[in-house]
Amino acid sequence: MKKIIAILFLLVLSYGIYLSINSIPFGVSKTKVGNYYNLNGVKDTGANNIVTAVVLNYRGFDTLGEVTVLFLAVLGFSTILFTMKKKKSDNMPTPPSLILSIGCKFLFPFVLLFGIYIFIHGHLSPGGGFQGGAVIASAFLLFYLVKPSEKSSKKSFQLIESLSGMAFIVIGILGLVFGNYFLSNFLPKGIAGKLISAGIIPLIYIFIGIKVGSELTGIIDRLMGKNNEKQVK
Amino acid sequence: MIYFTIILISIMLLCGIIAAISKDLLFAVIAAGMASFITAILFVFLQAPDVAMAEASIGAALVTALFVLALKKTKRSE
Repeated sequence: MKKIIAILFLLVLSYGIYLSINSIPFGVSKTKVGNYYNLNGVKDTGANNIVTAVVLNYRGFDTLGEVTVLFLAVLGFSTILFTMKKKKSDNMPTPPSLILSIGCKFLFPFVLLFGIYIFIHGHLSPGGGFQGGAVIASAFLLFYLVKPSEKSSKKSFQLIESLSGMAFIVIGILGLVFGNYFLSNFLPKGIAGKLISAGIIPLIYIFIGIKVGSELTGIIDRLMGKNNEKQVK
Repeated sequence: MIYFTIILISIMLLCGIIAAISKDLLFAVIAAGMASFITAILFVFLQAPDVAMAEASIGAALVTALFVLALKKTKRSE
């Protein structure tokens, strides 16, 4: 009996979903807002990359929410890892092989530079703060693979992360003061296509890049270098 | 081009199935990483380089590394 009711419920539900999807034509633009962004995005924001223009200018407040979600996720993660009891195991990490250590030492600065390039050029080329931060975190992953015993101060990561998160909000409030609304683009837009253009967009992306990079690096650091910290004490 | 895409998608499906049913969790993690790497390539074909970059750096690199590190702290087999 229960199963029959469940099947009936599923049928009714799928019919409703079918009706609502069927009324939308496939492959045509449903709303006019996409066309508007494509035609006027560069003129409005000064950013050549339309995705960046939408993410940081038209939908800047959503990005603030996204950053907050990431911050909360990292907070929960580190809370669990700090309260978790350390199980006693062999604390001697196996030393990395020659190929791994030389390769990672060679690649680390270039990957770091590439990450910084991605988020500085977020308004000109594909990419942005989130992608650049992830690339920076993978550079630090390489670094920790080579030197598992390297001690990094978790305080500095948290400080950088909090400061850059605050800088985002401060820029938004400055937009409220000098412009009309929260996160309004109050700096001059400049010539589209130049590195220094698009007002506050590169600034915000630099802060997001630093924030995401330090957050993800902090996660990797907590997962990899936890035993060493206890060992020192 | 279309055949290459079909081959990529079938490899991706295979990786997804392996990730779902594998008893060895390390295999599952590597297969999931491969699936997201192929997703990144498909995003480039679909002319979405921003999403492709995010998928390649987060999905293929960082999440795989995080899962491997988490497996090191727990058990390898299911």
